[in-house]
Amino acid sequence: MNRFDFAIKSFFTAVKNRKTKQKMIIFRYDKTFAGLLTAVFDAYNRRTFPDRLLNEEELEPLFTDECYTVITDETKSDRVWQGLRKKLMTVSCNMLRYVWLSELPGSDELIFRYIRKAFDNKHSIEMNFTDDDVFKMRNLAKKVDKECMRLIELVRFQKAADDIFFATVSPDHNSLPLIIAHFTDRFADQKWIIYDIKRNYGYYYDLKTVTEMTLDSSDLFPEGKLDEKLMAADEKLFQELWKGYFKSITIKERINLKLQRQHLPERYWKYLTEKQ
Amino acid sequence: MKEEVLEKLKTLAESAKYDVSCSSSGTTRKNTPGSIGNTAGWGICHSFTEDGRCVSLLKIMLTNYCIYDCAYCINRRSNDIRRATFAVDELVELTIEFYRRNYIEGLFLSSGVINNPDYTMERMVRVIKELRTVHRFNGYIHMKSIPGASEQLVREAGLYADRLSVNIEIPTDQNLRMLAPDKNHESVFAPMLYIQQGVLESAENRQKHRSAPRFAPAGQSTQMIIGATDDSDKLILNTSAAMYQRPSMKRVYYSGYIPVNTYDNRLPALKQPPLVRENRLYQADWLMRFYGFKVDEIVDDKSPNLDLEIDPKLAWALRHPEHFPVDINKADYAQILRIPGIGVKSAKLIVVTRRYGRLNSESLKKMGISMKKAQYFITCNELAAFNVNDTSPEYVRRILTDKKTAKGKDNHQQMSFIFPD
Repeated sequence: MNRFDFAIKSFFTAVKNRKTKQKMIIFRYDKTFAGLLTAVFDAYNRRTFPDRLLNEEELEPLFTDECYTVITDETKSDRVWQGLRKKLMTVSCNMLRYVWLSELPGSDELIFRYIRKAFDNKHSIEMNFTDDDVFKMRNLAKKVDKECMRLIELVRFQKAADDIFFATVSPDHNSLPLIIAHFTDRFADQKWIIYDIKRNYGYYYDLKTVTEMTLDSSDLFPEGKLDEKLMAADEKLFQELWKGYFKSITIKERINLKLQRQHLPERYWKYLTEKQ
Repeated sequence: MKEEVLEKLKTLAESAKYDVSCSSSGTTRKNTPGSIGNTAGWGICHSFTEDGRCVSLLKIMLTNYCIYDCAYCINRRSNDIRRATFAVDELVELTIEFYRRNYIEGLFLSSGVINNPDYTMERMVRVIKELRTVHRFNGYIHMKSIPGASEQLVREAGLYADRLSVNIEIPTDQNLRMLAPDKNHESVFAPMLYIQQGVLESAENRQKHRSAPRFAPAGQSTQMIIGATDDSDKLILNTSAAMYQRPSMKRVYYSGYIPVNTYDNRLPALKQPPLVRENRLYQADWLMRFYGFKVDEIVDDKSPNLDLEIDPKLAWALRHPEHFPVDINKADYAQILRIPGIGVKSAKLIVVTRRYGRLNSESLKKMGISMKKAQYFITCNELAAFNVNDTSPEYVRRILTDKKTAKGKDNHQQMSFIFPD
């Protein structure tokens, strides 16, 4: 065996070993965003990257070789976030947050892969939409953004007797935190509550600040509607006025229910005053 | 607020609904302490009625009494319909209470003409002035300017409204005079010019001092009725193109004529409104505003009306196969925009993504770009594909308009074998 052949052989074995040695690595973390960023930090620190991200209780898949539990650490996650801020445009950083709030299974693994790609590439990957992960990130972020837009459009406040404007939502994604800024600016001179029934939390604005809140019982709003006893005196009238207006503004000759559903999907109808 | 307002509201909404415009875009205004609301800039639709149109503003008339007798209008003097008039404070309260419940973005105020244009206009201005100054309402206000109103009143309206509009309604002066004996193009263009001057002056003043008042910051818009007269698409689009030359003109709306006054024989008898034609006109309008098309590329003497079967961009491409195929990897943005089936978003996506590597049809599909029409007009980083010049424009047209293939059931590239008996 000459020297040249030997080199080829040893290289071949090395590549082969690397393949067979590939291990199934699991990271466990507490399913918070800071936890995810800590996982990124730890992965780079340990130089092992997880194939799956699980929460603390989920069962391990078969053939797991290594399981590492991430302990959420603010300083670590902050450092990763700072790194991302330097590496990515602001709009891409926001995208990470949107995808995180989508709450879809696997979105955390997608974010992890995206962050890795962002850190490992010398050049920006943000606009490389032929890359699967980059494209998926964009689509998912767009989906959440679309839902935010829908909420901004379709939140309907009901005025309660104590002058608080009350609205309920149940979005597919956890988009409520993303739209609070819009409502704080717009309805700055009225008290309001927007409550996510599905996730059982909401935000209360008291003319100065917004606070997160959880109501103990949902008796106050059966099926998302404010109980009539709790309504302000003229609330019922304005609801009737709005319904009457909504009916009258339709042009009968142009009825196109398909188009209406396209813009106003039926899943949003249950909280729309004009659709009751 | 009393119960009888409901009847008024219904009546006056019925009268206002034929106006197409309902956009609330063009102005960004943040909330300031002590005022109500803000304006979002990109426009927000709050609901969609059963006809699929968006409800963004409270589209309402101050009154539907009218001294005019325009043939195409539901509110014409000779119609026996229920009439009503809002009091200023009723309308102001309605707007604010609807706004606070997140039903609307603001107010779209229009009116029938009572006594004379100035008298009407003055009452309309009073409503929006009260909203802005007394209640410090920060939402969006769109106000109709009455044809024939004086410059002074238009100037005052511009201080409170975000957008002003005057409708041309009929693209030729002669036809307008025939259908609306009390109006003519001059009475429409005069207020348009006042608005334009106001907008330009305010822009100039605001360069000198930031505190100079804004004048109709979202510009002006107008509307044409389609299908009430025999005007061709060429005439209509040339009118719009001329409108868009004006610095403050943001939108021209097209409203398919709905036969509201069937007894009037100056108007054509239509079974249903010309919705397809209206859609094609909007597509042509978009081509002029966002795709860099000139009006005479879309319609000319040879084809004065838009093709109802295919969209105007595809029609242009089939008339001009010499511009194709376009190389996705090399062509500039303006050329990519002209490919049928590729819109502004897709074109931008292509331009940013191709910097990372050459694109092929697979990657285009992966990026979510619709290839149904585009495939006949592009080449990308692969073997020559089947494009419009390999066959003929007629053939491509046939495939794209055929119901069966249009739905993707049948693949035209599949060779069909016919075995002889």
